[in-house]
Amino acid sequence: MIKRHPEPLLWMLFSAGGVVSAMLMPALVFLFGVAFPLGWLTAPDREHMRGLLANPLVALVLLGLCVLSLFHWAHRFRHTLYDGLQIKHLEEVIATICYGGAVIGSAAAAYLLWQGL
Amino acid sequence: MSDSPTYTDYHPRWLRRRPSTYWWLEKPSYLAFVLREGSCLFVGWFVVYLLLMFRGVLQGDAAYQEFLAWSARPSVLALNIISFLFLVYHAITFFDAAPRALAVHVGKTRVPERVVGVSHYAAWLVASLLVFWLVLGS
Repeated sequence: MIKRHPEPLLWMLFSAGGVVSAMLMPALVFLFGVAFPLGWLTAPDREHMRGLLANPLVALVLLGLCVLSLFHWAHRFRHTLYDGLQIKHLEEVIATICYGGAVIGSAAAAYLLWQGL
Repeated sequence: MSDSPTYTDYHPRWLRRRPSTYWWLEKPSYLAFVLREGSCLFVGWFVVYLLLMFRGVLQGDAAYQEFLAWSARPSVLALNIISFLFLVYHAITFFDAAPRALAVHVGKTRVPERVVGVSHYAAWLVASLLVFWLVLGS
């Protein structure tokens, strides 16, 4: 019997999350994390943001961004901890924390974005 | 990578020296590797930040204004400026690796790596402009 490994699936999620976050996050963090707080640009009012989140296509893209990015983080962080700190004996604990965190974050994202529709 | 590490209790002699925990400080290329891998922390942080913003927007005007005020606190702002730099680094390293990871074929001929790379950067530009247009309005 062939033993199925989750690694290829996790790598796919890592890779997809890497692409989606690379495409969208620099612009988003520039606006919401830097330009609006520093007053370089005026932050949109709540009505405009509420309208964006109510758009099913926008909500779907944001859900994909959140879920895939969380699994990107989980996978890369897990492997970096193994390689960098040589703590392979904590493998199961680390994997549980990383992927468990990604699942919880994904559920939170799905809940919030569903509420917004 | 094996599923579970196995440790040998009684070694006749160590054949390999255990690398220092700080091996990644020894060479610039090692440091670049660790910074690239470390960018994932900022990807994770920004998802949390987005979720906090969504919550503010959904809860009402007061909660949204509270989020905006919180985002302007020096500690949060500093973290986001660092996040921006890491996310740009993440994007560049990911798109530079894409042509080697993604072999695109049209018919039987493979699309040149340069084309795959350039199209990723073009898509990045379009996606960023779209974000600006949607958020800032017309």
